Amino acid sequence: MAKHHVSMTVNGEPVEFLCETQQTLLDVLRDELELTGTKEGCGTGDCGACSVMLDGRLVCSCLVLGVETEGRHIETIEGVAQGSELHPIQQQLLEDAALQCGICTPGIVVAAKALLEQNLNPTETEVRYWLAGNLCRCTGYDKIVRSVMNAAAKMREEA
Amino acid sequence: MEAIQYARPSTIDDAVSRLSETGARALAGGTDLLVQMRGGSVRPRVIVDIKGIAELRRVEQTPQGFRVGAAVAGAELGEHTAFAAQWPGVVEAFQLIGSTQVQGRASLGGNLCNASPAADSVPALIAAGARCTIAGPGGKREAAVEDICVGPGKTSLAPGEFIVDFFFATPPAHTGDAYLRFTPRTEMDIAVVGAGVCLSLDANGRCTAARVGLGAVAPRALLVPAAAAALVGTSVDDAALAKLAAAASAACQPIDDKRGTIEFRTRVAGVLARRAAVAALARARGQ
Repeated sequence: MAKHHVSMTVNGEPVEFLCETQQTLLDVLRDELELTGTKEGCGTGDCGACSVMLDGRLVCSCLVLGVETEGRHIETIEGVAQGSELHPIQQQLLEDAALQCGICTPGIVVAAKALLEQNLNPTETEVRYWLAGNLCRCTGYDKIVRSVMNAAAKMREEA
Repeated sequence: MEAIQYARPSTIDDAVSRLSETGARALAGGTDLLVQMRGGSVRPRVIVDIKGIAELRRVEQTPQGFRVGAAVAGAELGEHTAFAAQWPGVVEAFQLIGSTQVQGRASLGGNLCNASPAADSVPALIAAGARCTIAGPGGKREAAVEDICVGPGKTSLAPGEFIVDFFFATPPAHTGDAYLRFTPRTEMDIAVVGAGVCLSLDANGRCTAARVGLGAVAPRALLVPAAAAALVGTSVDDAALAKLAAAASAACQPIDDKRGTIEFRTRVAGVLARRAAVAALARARGQ
């Protein structure tokens, strides 16, 4: 069977690609569209490194088929910074040294941004539960959670 | 190797016809199917994406009750304030499945048809008395949730059949439901035991009806009529709750595995059923 021809938007830009049925959205982003900011950790929806937004909802791109995204809107880590200006969450993770190897970081940024877009004043518990699906084997989470809280505080001041 | 086909039917009839093909698998949220494909335990010939069918994606309220499409995701159902107000136990069970990311995709129909004995939403659906509409080559039929799973990974659905929606009849006034599970971690874990309870009270606070569902203590989630009968006619006092706990434990036929022993699961099933009944009671009283 011929490959599927799929049209979607990524970070506001219309894109087209060809894929086989079993190729995931993660495969498509990395291998077909060369958007390698989204990382593969487990490939089974447990680690959250491949987090993206699908029509405004946080999902693991490894658990979405590329062919399912026809006509859908995808947002990835590449769309988070505005040019050279980092998103406040990215800036804060740097300032708080809340990353080490960095593999989980794109997923953390996408997931934390989704949280703060619906709740700019989360409790620590809310942050921890929201990010429970983003595994980090380096930091022990404490710096990440505090950094998201710090970013939220700064974004509230600027709002 | 033959390429895997992908179909996205927009009608129930088209979906039935594609799902009747050899090697067809239904795709809703994909949070089980894609993992099984990656692990090599499943290789479909055709993937039938049922999310393009309107009936599977809607939440509808009528005076008779709620109808929830089988492919509605956990996050979507949780955001439906009227449903969440009437069935908090169903929502709390559904939202224990996986992470925020998984909640954006995982569906009630998928959680049921994956037929894991430990599926979190299933004991709560059983307690709520939810009924499934099933479409298949022979037309539509209805079945109670507790009649869908027959064992680990196995359902009573015939080839070509799939679940269209779940119907939750409007409960009498003073009804409450609740779901609790035991896991070593608070998130991202699989139930060692799960217990769902739904109960109704009359104006004097006497229990007029109850349903109890248990998960992860048998090859499939169980409806436990003896545990429910312990509550009916009582004021859900300590004596009734003790009887409920004993009946829940007595219904268990669990296995020993790395997550819990037979003895542990049997005992905890009683404890959790009791605690879930207390939580459902508070909700029935409007507390």
